[in-house]
Amino acid sequence: MLIMGAIALAIARIRDLFAVSMLSGIFSLTGAAIYVVLDAVDVAFTEAAVGAGISTVLMLGTLALTTRQEKLGAGKAKSTAAFLVVTLTGAVLVYGTFDMPRYGDKIAPIHHHVAPRYLGKSAEEVGMPNVVTSVLASYRSFDTLGEVFVIFTAATGVLAIMGRAARRRREDEEADENNSPAKENAS
Amino acid sequence: MMHRKVVLRVVSKFLIPPILLFALYVQFHGDFGPGGGFQAGVIFGAGFILYAILFGVETVKKVLPPWATRLLLVVGVLTYGLTGVAGLLLGGNYLDYNVLAHDPLHGQHYGILIVELGVGITVAASMITIFNVFAGHRGRG
Repeated sequence: MLIMGAIALAIARIRDLFAVSMLSGIFSLTGAAIYVVLDAVDVAFTEAAVGAGISTVLMLGTLALTTRQEKLGAGKAKSTAAFLVVTLTGAVLVYGTFDMPRYGDKIAPIHHHVAPRYLGKSAEEVGMPNVVTSVLASYRSFDTLGEVFVIFTAATGVLAIMGRAARRRREDEEADENNSPAKENAS
Repeated sequence: MMHRKVVLRVVSKFLIPPILLFALYVQFHGDFGPGGGFQAGVIFGAGFILYAILFGVETVKKVLPPWATRLLLVVGVLTYGLTGVAGLLLGGNYLDYNVLAHDPLHGQHYGILIVELGVGITVAASMITIFNVFAGHRGRG
């Protein structure tokens, strides 16, 4: 957790966006390690694959499209206001966690709603050794369907926004005969 | 393109088949160990993305043309959705796997397997699509 805090501070301070995207990958990897410590292997797996892997690659792709250096546009007053808002929100969130039950508390509400049924009956009702899978794909299959739609929508959105531009550019390139220097540029 | 980095190219050529194989393992072993369609899709996509980073998006497009990823995107979502419809047609609720086979447990097993496959296909296809669109885009630099 301390390492994560240090990385977060570094991300806020560093202006080189390449280093920032690398650090955010490391941040996700540390988060994945924490999930492993908390015995949530499935979540850790996802965090390592998505947070540390794919998002870093996507951020690097975005950097290749835009620029490597952060621009310091806003004035002092604006950044102070932003800092105040962030601190207030963070304080409220931390205040909210005071009401949460302690980690591993037996009488916490989350252990008394549907979790006992999932854990106890999953073997006879679904027959999967991995309860996480049976919850995700069977008990909560509507939620997972929604998730799949979210990912589908994300890809469709990216295609709708950027796919058209790429196609137009390709047509331009085909119209262009001498386009060899442009290709070296793209890498 | 990185034609000069021999070490990177050779090592990644060694690594990509295990990555894809591991993705399939995660996909179909998700019932027993950690993992499932989502993680498998991401890992599968990562294999292709690694290839695209090293050898260029155009080379990947020869293996997996854009129309194929777009088709897979839709196929994945439809696999999931139509599994639910199959449950409806066989007399259950939407996404009720118990009716898919004679034994409810087997039905659950088939249902989860198919649904996870749909999730994996969608995730892998969308990761590859998003990366290809981003990387194929010529930036200002």
